Amino acid sequence: MKRAFALLRRRLIGSIPVLLIVVVGSFLLLEAAPGDAVDAYIVSVGGDAGMIEALRQSWGLHASPATRLAAYLWSLLHLDLGHSVALSRPVLEVVLERLPNTLLLMGSATALSFFLGTALGIVAGSRPGSFRDRFLSIGSLALYAVPGFWLALVLTIVFSVQLRWLPLSGMETIASGKTGFSRALDIARHLVLPVTSLGIIYLALYLRMMRAGMAEVWRMDFVVAARARGIARRRIVWRHVARNALLPLVTMLGLQSAAMLGGSVVIESVFSIPGLGRLAQEAVGARDTPLLIGIILVSAVLVILINLAVDLLYAVLDPRVGASEASA
Amino acid sequence: MAGFEISRRKVLAGSAFLLASTALRSIGWTQARKGGRLVVAADSEPRNLNPAIVASNGVFFVSSKVIEPLAEASFDGQGGLDPRLATSWEGSDDGLSVTFKLREGVTWHDGKPFTSADVAFSALSIWKPLQNLGRVVFKNLEAVETPDAHTAVFKFAEPTPLQLIKNALPALTSVVPKHVYEGTDIAANPANNAPIGTGPFKFAEHKAGEYYRLVRNDKYWREGEPQLDEIIYRVLPDRAAAAGALEADEIQLAAFSAVPLADLERISKVPGIKVIGDGYEALTYQLVVEINHRRKELADLKVRQAIAHAIDKDFVVKTIFLGHATPSTGPVPVNDKQFYSSDVPAYAFDVAKANALLDEAGYARGDNGNRFALKLLPAPYFSETKQFGDYLRQALAAVGIDAELVNNDSAAHQKAVYTDHAFDLAIAPPVFRGDPAISTTILVQSGIPDGVPFSNQGGYKNAELDALIAKAAETLDDKSRTGLYDQFQKIVVEDLPLINVAEWGFITVARDSVKNIANNPRWAVSNWADTYVET
Repeated sequence: MKRAFALLRRRLIGSIPVLLIVVVGSFLLLEAAPGDAVDAYIVSVGGDAGMIEALRQSWGLHASPATRLAAYLWSLLHLDLGHSVALSRPVLEVVLERLPNTLLLMGSATALSFFLGTALGIVAGSRPGSFRDRFLSIGSLALYAVPGFWLALVLTIVFSVQLRWLPLSGMETIASGKTGFSRALDIARHLVLPVTSLGIIYLALYLRMMRAGMAEVWRMDFVVAARARGIARRRIVWRHVARNALLPLVTMLGLQSAAMLGGSVVIESVFSIPGLGRLAQEAVGARDTPLLIGIILVSAVLVILINLAVDLLYAVLDPRVGASEASA
Repeated sequence: MAGFEISRRKVLAGSAFLLASTALRSIGWTQARKGGRLVVAADSEPRNLNPAIVASNGVFFVSSKVIEPLAEASFDGQGGLDPRLATSWEGSDDGLSVTFKLREGVTWHDGKPFTSADVAFSALSIWKPLQNLGRVVFKNLEAVETPDAHTAVFKFAEPTPLQLIKNALPALTSVVPKHVYEGTDIAANPANNAPIGTGPFKFAEHKAGEYYRLVRNDKYWREGEPQLDEIIYRVLPDRAAAAGALEADEIQLAAFSAVPLADLERISKVPGIKVIGDGYEALTYQLVVEINHRRKELADLKVRQAIAHAIDKDFVVKTIFLGHATPSTGPVPVNDKQFYSSDVPAYAFDVAKANALLDEAGYARGDNGNRFALKLLPAPYFSETKQFGDYLRQALAAVGIDAELVNNDSAAHQKAVYTDHAFDLAIAPPVFRGDPAISTTILVQSGIPDGVPFSNQGGYKNAELDALIAKAAETLDDKSRTGLYDQFQKIVVEDLPLINVAEWGFITVARDSVKNIANNPRWAVSNWADTYVET
């Protein structure tokens, strides 16, 4: 327990400069992009010079970048994420509205790819070089090479347009009046295709990592010893080989969660799911600095938290982790 | 919070059912119930849904069903107009006033009566000072007198042609309730995102990123309308999604070419789906090459003529628009019955002539075969403008002009072209809105401040043209005003401040079950009161 707390403390302190770099970095990047929020807005509505000036004034874009950054950091210090200029709503409200959708999508897809990938990896890795192994390895590589949006489109054409088994897009049936369990079921039905297309691609990653890890462990002395002692093959696969190969996968899970947040932009657009990825894309298009930084900040916090959880899990799984810090 | 959401949802569903049942009773005995729910594709969610402030097609698409103008465009109505909140209009001989008789017995969605005070307030406090188009057309509006509750007299400081006011009625005169906006910060009023109007549908809810929902207004002033119980706008940001959603019957209609042109041939063969090209006659978009006249080479008329001769307009229409467009002859679209003039010079596709003109202008080909290099910025708003950029680059290469394509997103394009003037050629899709004075003359007029989108930012200045535009703005007689615009078209095509390449309306794709669509020239942005879904 002491080990875990030490880790937690160190990570939390370490994440403050990370977040600061993220905020300042994304502010500068968006500042460097040509055009500002008023330019982006005026395109869709037209208008004359007086109107443009008045908008810049009322959206607070007339001040210098340094002043605006300072003002933003100051309000951030008070835990205020500011106001979205493109949506004219508080950033936190907008982000919190979208966050559950992204978490649900991302969480389900990660779970799918992790558990299915690991399971198939164990199947492949239990007999490296067998037909089963070859088939799964090549098949997963082929899936990994497929672009996500393409897979998503093919799945929708087959299962939504032709077979009409599953809804084509959206998070749930519009104004259906469903509640409780039937609503959850409705959402689940809508999530089948996006989760599949998002999860199936990353499945290969876990499968191949598990398989490679297992192939390596098979050659180790303790496995050879176990086999020599006549322990059942099934027991060796589960207790000795798979368990030892699992550790790097947990690390991968943490790293992958960040990639999933980014990967969902495309899937969210194809399936018109109102998530964070699409919101971020819209924020860039609208040059909505407060909104974009808000999204990036929330995502960064999310990634830090997930990695923290992974580290803690790691500490539980592997007694060697964090041992030095606890004694220091 | 979750509990609240659910109960709200229940309440909404319940009230929709009640509405449906009362509708059934009132019209049940005269005709079979039409009604139904229409789900349509939407590709964007406007920041501000108030059409009185933002007169743009993206806003109208949703809000024109809720908030009505004084009159709507019509195929067969008198003067091309169908009266809505106004029943008649008459101009004085001196052009200084226009009297509108307003419809009686109209109520706002919140139950308050609609009166001339609402019109006066909308005109003076919103259209004139705040609206993107109204700031130009209503700039001389001084006062609106309201002698009684159903008469509004517009008073202008300078003579203003009635023809212009009439042409502006459909797009520029959305009336909003005075009692909701008066005394508030109009630009920040919550009703801008949950509009209250007099239209056939009431605004019910907007779920960001998912949908807008409009429900039937039972107290609509026109007997027997609206036919639909509900309109849902599903936000489908992916261009491939609309076609699939139509085929899966998840949406019943996709307007504004939400189904890409390349998909049309395939989808037109799907049973139960129809492809319609009508209903956009008053919303003609123009494909225009904007020219930066500050560039020495481009300030030379011969070079501009050479560029015009280098463009194969028929190829553009056939290959980029797949036939769903018309080659342009000038700044007024061919389909405009009031103003179009064919008495303009033509620039036939002729590479040899273009080369000869460039030689004549003194820009000989260098060792690498190029005469000079240009920066070409296609607007990113439509895939057709981007594709035309690719085409133009090749067409210019054929006459020895090396064009470097610069692709930007919307905000960057807006800044580069209209504020910084960091372009040589740009490709723009301006809209012709039924009268050249609304949004067309601004494309060539001089003296426009930097930063105004879809305006002359190319540094072009022609005193003759400016004088003509000014004169047309105060000419009251329809015939002589139209005559001035004939001259305007001729000068623009002769002097080429910009090059008009093609003009297009959009395509609607709908399920066969959707009836009464595309029945007016602004159908996609009109009120859909008579549209219904057959069940």
